Amino acid sequence: MLLDVQDLKTYFKTDDGTVKAVDGVSFSIEKGQTLGIVGESGSGKSVTCLTIMGLNSKRNTVTTGQALFNGEDLLKASNRRLREIRGNDIAMIFQDPMTSLNPVHTIGKQLVEAVMLHQDVTQAQARARALDLLKAVGIPRAERRIDDHPHQFSGGMRQRVMIAMALINDPDLLIADEPTTALDVTTQAQILKLIEKMQLEFGSAVIIITHDLGVVAETADDVVVMYAAKIAERAPVDDLFNRPSHPYTWGLLGSLPRIGVDVDRLTQIPGSPPSLLNPPAGCRFHPRCEFVMPVCRTTQPELRPVPGHRGHLDACHLDDETKEREARKLLETMLVPENV
Amino acid sequence: MTRYIIRRILWAAVLLFSVTVVTFVIFFLTPTDPGKLVAGKGAGPDDVARARHYLGLDKPVPWQYAKFLGRLTGVRWDRHHNTIWYIKFKWPSLGQSFATRQDVNQIVGHAAPVTASLVFGGALVWMLIAMPLGILSALRPRSMLDRLTMIFVLIGISAHPVWIGLIFSFIFGYKLGLTPITGYCNAINPVGNCGGPAQWAYHMILPWLTFALLFAALYARMIRANVTEALNEDYVRTARAKGAPEWQVMRSHVLRNALLPVVTMLGMDISVGLGGAVFTESVYGLPGLGHTLVQSLDTVDLPIMIGIVVFATTCIILINLMVDLLYAVIDPRIRLA
Repeated sequence: MLLDVQDLKTYFKTDDGTVKAVDGVSFSIEKGQTLGIVGESGSGKSVTCLTIMGLNSKRNTVTTGQALFNGEDLLKASNRRLREIRGNDIAMIFQDPMTSLNPVHTIGKQLVEAVMLHQDVTQAQARARALDLLKAVGIPRAERRIDDHPHQFSGGMRQRVMIAMALINDPDLLIADEPTTALDVTTQAQILKLIEKMQLEFGSAVIIITHDLGVVAETADDVVVMYAAKIAERAPVDDLFNRPSHPYTWGLLGSLPRIGVDVDRLTQIPGSPPSLLNPPAGCRFHPRCEFVMPVCRTTQPELRPVPGHRGHLDACHLDDETKEREARKLLETMLVPENV
Repeated sequence: MTRYIIRRILWAAVLLFSVTVVTFVIFFLTPTDPGKLVAGKGAGPDDVARARHYLGLDKPVPWQYAKFLGRLTGVRWDRHHNTIWYIKFKWPSLGQSFATRQDVNQIVGHAAPVTASLVFGGALVWMLIAMPLGILSALRPRSMLDRLTMIFVLIGISAHPVWIGLIFSFIFGYKLGLTPITGYCNAINPVGNCGGPAQWAYHMILPWLTFALLFAALYARMIRANVTEALNEDYVRTARAKGAPEWQVMRSHVLRNALLPVVTMLGMDISVGLGGAVFTESVYGLPGLGHTLVQSLDTVDLPIMIGIVVFATTCIILINLMVDLLYAVIDPRIRLA
């Protein structure tokens, strides 16, 4: 087990009260595996990863639970130890490559900085390593571009630079926080392919945070679906797409646009995600759920294994028969194009 | 780059030309007669006319302006005995004072170092105050230090330099006797006991503080805002995610970006200050440019006024050019074309 997160809670103290940004999240990831974390904006997926990295502001944040990385609890690690781990054992790439690189330094300098922070090498060796990585992530004419500044690169190229910077110390775990959201569609596919290719080359495990189920389907081995700071469903990727068992997941799948199906409007999940300052009682999804039952309004569902599906858990009060039936119904509508 | 500098210098010439024209026009629009002032109180119309002729004020304004421009560029010309033209090339001059016939080059030459002492020393003082205050209060928002800084900013911005100057020299100079009350000592050419770097600095302490207070307040606020903004930048998070220690994050990522705009502001404020830190100079009796300019207003001494305006404008243009060139070096996104 590379990373084992147990009952992780991250609360932010604000003037208006406590925001429970992550509220009891558990998942794990094996060496070399890919975990997808899916959810709407504000569902807590980014905060989960920032908490693991120790990158939340210390001042107003309360964190409980544990995050065992190779057996070491990151939440109890000293700042010094966390700095050793960050960028070396766990690296991260961010959503917006346009703002994630420092505009006043050359990319070479920023890559070299990452190497020198963790390895006892000379400037020249670090630079050689930086050049290798830039070539590996497919920067054309890397020898010349290494001394360029970020504004001289396109968004896709900058994200390649970010990936190079993240992988430069050969980390065991790469956290990619919506790495393709800010890019155009063709570039998105290239970047995803690149992450996959680099994962094979470097043998890193990858956590990919996204709100795009398509990205998950393409890259992930396991999927965590988050809703309002909690896990709604957790499953191996095939299982999630073959037998989704949480109404929220159904909503996400149902709202995917499908090629070949002519619709006026895409289906959507009604309503909007709740405020984490004051989340609804019971199941947090109940105000938006079309299958809502009285129990949903009062009792929070536990994350429980789905019978007959190894590694598949959901947090929903519905009975298994209904879940099975609805999942099948949903899949039938999704398969329409092939049948026509 | 070279083309950029040439273009900027040509623009500077245009700017200088317009500034002198405007000064001339304003001067001749004011309903005072320097001839009268120069001739003295008891002078009759004949004396005044003679004085006007002597100062060249009886000539048409464009003629006077052309003479001035000639002196400034080092080209002297005149009609000799109404027939023969002559042209001579001499060292550029700002002319002579109406009231004292003193060489304006010399007047500016004596006043400029005083103002430069005040402004550059003051700039150092205000940066020494504003940098730590701004940075620390950005790092500890809502802390005691942050709130005290904001109170300091409010006082610094609200209080007038004349008032501050009088209070300072009353308390530190008169009551406590820690500093001189007023006066200036030349750092290089001593006059009696008053001279040398130590006396110079001793006499400049209060003026520096007075001049710096407003700017220290403005800069503390600006630096705090810039640092706060930079701390929230994505690339700062990237630097932390790389495992960079906090001091390195601050130095290489936060401050490097946050202080870029401060460089521009500093250039602008220093050059404006060189144009005459009038209030501070007047309170402490410093014979600087601002003080001299105010005195020249009493006697409507056009050559001195124009001389100081030309000098200040040149300083402003030069310093701004330097800041722009410096900026291209420290901010790679800017390329001069």
